[in-house]
Amino acid sequence: MLLRTAWRRAAAAVPVAPGPKSEAPTRGLRLRVADHAPQFAVPSDTATAPQAESVLRPLYMDVQATTPLDPRVLDAMLPYLVNYYGNPHSRTHAYGWESEAAMEHARQQVASLIGADPREIIFTSGATESNNIAIKELEAAIQPDTSLVSVMTVNNEIGVKQPIAEIGRICSSRKVYFHTDAAQAVGKIPLDVNDMKIDLMSISGHKIYGPKGVGAIYIRRRPRVRVEALQSGGGQERGMRSGTVPTPLVVGLGAACEVAQQEMEYDHKRISKLAERLTQKIMRSLPDVVMNGDPEHHYPGCINLSFAYVEGESLLMALKDVALSSGSACTSASLEPSYVLRAIGTDEDLAHSSIRFGIGRFTTEEEVDYTVEKCIHHVKRLREMSPLWEMVQDGIDLKSIKWTQH
Amino acid sequence: MAAAGAGRLRRAASALLLRSPRLPARELSAPARLYHKKVVDHYENPRNVGSLDKTSKNVGTGLVGAPACGDVMKLQIQVDEKGKIVDARFKTFGCGSAIASSSLATEWVKGKTVEEALTIKNTDIAKELCLPPVKLHCSKSVLFGPVREKIQLLP
Repeated sequence: MLLRTAWRRAAAAVPVAPGPKSEAPTRGLRLRVADHAPQFAVPSDTATAPQAESVLRPLYMDVQATTPLDPRVLDAMLPYLVNYYGNPHSRTHAYGWESEAAMEHARQQVASLIGADPREIIFTSGATESNNIAIKELEAAIQPDTSLVSVMTVNNEIGVKQPIAEIGRICSSRKVYFHTDAAQAVGKIPLDVNDMKIDLMSISGHKIYGPKGVGAIYIRRRPRVRVEALQSGGGQERGMRSGTVPTPLVVGLGAACEVAQQEMEYDHKRISKLAERLTQKIMRSLPDVVMNGDPEHHYPGCINLSFAYVEGESLLMALKDVALSSGSACTSASLEPSYVLRAIGTDEDLAHSSIRFGIGRFTTEEEVDYTVEKCIHHVKRLREMSPLWEMVQDGIDLKSIKWTQH
Repeated sequence: MAAAGAGRLRRAASALLLRSPRLPARELSAPARLYHKKVVDHYENPRNVGSLDKTSKNVGTGLVGAPACGDVMKLQIQVDEKGKIVDARFKTFGCGSAIASSSLATEWVKGKTVEEALTIKNTDIAKELCLPPVKLHCSKSVLFGPVREKIQLLP
């Protein structure tokens, strides 16, 4: 018992390395460097000349899809991937105790980011699993009039922020459970589960510069929210999610949450400035560009623009140096355009012309400028190739035309 | 004790990050989603983009598709007295495969007679551009649409 508490104290003394705040934190090495010596097991036909050509990777502007690991998170995780490899549920030796201490410390870090009690955080494999657990609770409810409201905090396609506090207030007054998928919001906008009267919340690790394969679900204790476990087994995580908790991953999630709490205000200011720069520059240089989503209730790091008369996937192909995403049909497996854009009433042709720009903690001003420049250049080029642009220049009203189907 | 070990590991991790050689960009072998070189080439080095005089008697114009579907193709051909296609132009609102398909179609129909042009199959275009199965409809629109339509429009 005494030994356990000593281990707990020692593990808690491994701090997350504080980052420099004076300038934008960099991951430095993400930037492209020519690879000169072929020292990997890469098949030799890729390097035809003795000096390998400098092959650059695209800029990353797709943070809504996933985020890179913050170096401080990797620092926190590495000991648990290398040295401290115990199962956190092993109660009989130091390996288990130190792993458990790290897991509980991570739980505290996640809880403090959203104003919750650590006992209300259950680790899962990601926000998807958390969503499933939350929704399953609805099916497990006995009373016929019990219901659940489930709303995304920040939309991943257009960045719109939902009025969570208002929804929480309404649900609480009607005694209805309120779940929110906060994957894109945690660590980016201030959240408090008590102020906003949230009963269930899904958290994703890899959306906040943490590792992939881990997330958490927040489950309110007062008043108690009962959920049914999706997977049964050894009863870990208070019986709500059996399975060994992956210590390195949850340490990463905890570290990511703590870093996010420290950096939230600074990140938000910096990202807002970059987002403003991107949208202003594009809209000043190109006509007929529409920003999708409410401009006021909007998270700045997710910018969804529709470039009229240019199809989204062709623009993605043209912008091959930049990793972006589109709401157009051609980029989805189903050939259907984004349901989000359709739901907000975007014209179908504009839905096919949308591109999502993601600005994150490590996005630099140079990357934004480069993206803007290329975007303007290629939109102009694609408009020259577009029959719709030609018709509009000739003064034809596209809405008056009877189009054929094929 | 644990702290010292952790500190050493942390320094090692940072050193690892700083000193590890950058991985090169993976050679784009063709999984279904990535663009084949030929498709990109038609965008970067466009041929036959533009318009012919649509009021001319020798020019047939076909316009197929709908903006709501994300696919609109305009194909024009200029035909001489003997029925041979001497010039072709296209403009497309659509994905990279659609642009490449219509571009390739204009290349292929040049020098053919109208009857010969009608024999071009969309599967030929898809094979030439190495289009994945999900993109077959792009080449189909080109052939079943503008080519046939404009040929009907010819005097």
